[in-house]
Amino acid sequence: MAKLTLPANSRISSSGKTYPAPAGAKRTRTFKIYRWSPDDGQNPRFDRYTIDLDDCGPMVLDALIKIKGEVDPTLTFRRSCREGICGSCAMNIDGSNTLACTMAIEDIRGEVTITPLPHMEVVKDLVPDMTHFYAQYASIKPWLQTSTPAPNMKERLQAPEDRAKLDGLYECILCACCSTSCPSYWWNGDRFLGPAILLQAYRWLADSRDEATGERLDALEDPFRLYRCHTIMNCATVCPKGLNPAKAIAEIKKMMLERA
Amino acid sequence: MATQFRSASGLKRVRGLGSAHAGAHHWWVQRLTAAGNLLLGAWFVASLIFLPDLGRTTVLQWLAAPVNAIPMLLFVLSTVWHMRLGVQVMVEDYVAAPSSRRLLLLLLDVYAVAVAAISLFAILKIALGVTNG
Repeated sequence: MAKLTLPANSRISSSGKTYPAPAGAKRTRTFKIYRWSPDDGQNPRFDRYTIDLDDCGPMVLDALIKIKGEVDPTLTFRRSCREGICGSCAMNIDGSNTLACTMAIEDIRGEVTITPLPHMEVVKDLVPDMTHFYAQYASIKPWLQTSTPAPNMKERLQAPEDRAKLDGLYECILCACCSTSCPSYWWNGDRFLGPAILLQAYRWLADSRDEATGERLDALEDPFRLYRCHTIMNCATVCPKGLNPAKAIAEIKKMMLERA
Repeated sequence: MATQFRSASGLKRVRGLGSAHAGAHHWWVQRLTAAGNLLLGAWFVASLIFLPDLGRTTVLQWLAAPVNAIPMLLFVLSTVWHMRLGVQVMVEDYVAAPSSRRLLLLLLDVYAVAVAAISLFAILKIALGVTNG
């Protein structure tokens, strides 16, 4: 059966530490952050850090960097571009998957609870193991596949209207916010490709230059790989880039029907 | 970390046993029977509302007419088929162990066939007027 309770060694213990606000801070906010290390044999816990918002950037990632830099260097998380284009800092903030770098602290009421992306194995603290997710991405062959040789020394041309069909698809940064918000992916992520990978799959199905449409559809036509999507729409709700993976999946289903 | 001990590569695990090359038909029939349920269900409820009373004789007479018996047969087929497909999806969603999954899907088939057979037989018996009192 689907696992509805956490295994004993994944349950949150009550031994979390509390780091108070610096003296003299007027505008403070408490961040309640999931902590787990593979090295100490302890259960996960929530640590609470209260920081001075007047001495911190506006985004949740700013607060995380401040905590790591000034309060607790053991706090572990991924981050890189700090402007919503690399997808590294995807995590669950205030109950919703998003990018810490584009989530403003002031848009969250009260204590800011931060946990890793749901239902992923945790490497440490806020860092999930993305191995399976990336392998799923590799499995859809995310590159242009052609039999026709490219024009001599030239690129393969694409009409502006064909290029426009990739809008809403090419922007995906593979942060995994959508896939890890999807209950179908939680229960059957071993076989269901999930919204992010299916949106990427459709990005190549929709590309006027790609010549492997049939083979791509063959590989996707499976009760688990594609049809575990039950249009729950969490993917579209959480996507920090405002994309709609559910629509891309519906387009794949329409293509399946068209050739049936 | 668990990942260190996995014998198969990530890609091998993802590719698994390959694509089943199925699912499109299942998906389409589920939607088709959903539309059928909606139309035939509306007809069924409306028909009962417009009956003068819901006594045994009135309902039997209503169902015995071919114009009612035939949609009723279709209604049973559509709902049972839709149920069969829908519960299959739920079992696949929530029952992970292959053996339990297989067993439940088998029981589901038995149940769906039994419900359909009994319902169709009952309607036909009434419609064809073969009553034993």
